[in-house]
Amino acid sequence: MELHVATRKGLFVVRPGSNQPVGQPSFLGDPVTAVLHDRRDGTLYAALNLGHFGRKLHRSTDGGASWAELPAPAFDKVEGKEDGPSVSLVWTLEAGGDEQPGRLWAGTIPGALFRSDDHGESWQLVRSLWDLPQRKNWFGGGYDDPGIHSILVDPRDSRRVECGVSCGGVTISEDDGASWRQTGHGFVADYVPPEQASEPSTQDPHRVQACSANPNVQWCQHHSSVYRSTDGGDNWTELTEAKPSRFGFAVAAHPHDPETAWFVPGIKDERRVPVDGKLVVSRTRDGGKSFEILSNGLPTEPSFDLIYRHALDIDDTGECLAMGSTTGNLWISENGGDEWRLVSNFLPPVYQVSFA
Amino acid sequence: MVHVEFTPHLSRFLACPPLDVEGPTVRAALDAVFSERPALKSYLVDDQDRLRKHVVLYVNDRPIGDRIGLSDGLSDGDRLFVFQALSGG
Repeated sequence: MELHVATRKGLFVVRPGSNQPVGQPSFLGDPVTAVLHDRRDGTLYAALNLGHFGRKLHRSTDGGASWAELPAPAFDKVEGKEDGPSVSLVWTLEAGGDEQPGRLWAGTIPGALFRSDDHGESWQLVRSLWDLPQRKNWFGGGYDDPGIHSILVDPRDSRRVECGVSCGGVTISEDDGASWRQTGHGFVADYVPPEQASEPSTQDPHRVQACSANPNVQWCQHHSSVYRSTDGGDNWTELTEAKPSRFGFAVAAHPHDPETAWFVPGIKDERRVPVDGKLVVSRTRDGGKSFEILSNGLPTEPSFDLIYRHALDIDDTGECLAMGSTTGNLWISENGGDEWRLVSNFLPPVYQVSFA
Repeated sequence: MVHVEFTPHLSRFLACPPLDVEGPTVRAALDAVFSERPALKSYLVDDQDRLRKHVVLYVNDRPIGDRIGLSDGLSDGDRLFVFQALSGG
């Protein structure tokens, strides 16, 4: 199975078993902020953030051999308003349901959701979410503006769409984006005044992922801790046994087993490096009641790798994991994280890994 | 006519040979450029038509004074240079 690796200096493809596991990248030199392999038709999409010339969107229908530029998601111009919004980053791309050919979702900074129904040829702002009253409470975390980084399309009903927002909690639509509710109850933020700690609209879920076989079960690596939901993202329970820390960015949900998920803990939050200089992955196989530390094949010397929120992925079998770091290391595990194999330690900083 | 030239950096992404346009201001000249080359627009201005932060414009030998309104006047024979700023890359 191919693995797409979006980095600060281009989009790489890793082909396990090849003599050259990491080939020449597409978009050499350009930051690739998101990649999507659309399993419905095999199309690839790549979002770029050119340092000087803004965010861009490209599409490939030949597996990345050639690319064509598409219009990127953009706000309409607001006449007479000097501070009108402009998309600075396409942070995540997701495909719609099987019965929605051509449907794509894009989450951006500032925190907006865009929809395409023509394979990315055109994009429309999801105005109902942009106009959600609680959006005024959202704020930036890491970036100056809030952003949508997680888009979950329910495999049982494509009209149910969920967004994870930093910092804006979780929003859910049951009607294909026509209306939204602000949720994320149970999260507790330790970066606001105590009486505001449970306010859903100011939570910072770094990443939200669902079990494909049972999408009611979701996992969240939050800024302040690790959480699990069993009701589709409305209510969350803290997993207090997470170790060696409760801070991190990435989470991977087992596609078939709702009791299993992986996290990559770090030191919160002023330093953002591995705990005690030791990069590890934590795994729970009992719904978050306990966690085990996985480190076979990961650095034994002091490590300063950070795994960004989109840089941990799992394949459809639930056995093969991939993980890329800010210092350009890429690992793959083919046995659920028990052992990790270094694929490259010479990549640019990794923004996303994604199994095709 | 105003003669408009572009940083070679842009040619990595799309063809950008120089061109001559009519325009009494920088804004008008850029609008004329975008009218001829719509794909170029999103590279130089954002969703609200503001000049991108890391794009810099010169009229002849001077950077423009009004980066927000792009109101700097242009005269027949002026040269408008579109560069990338030495930042943001």
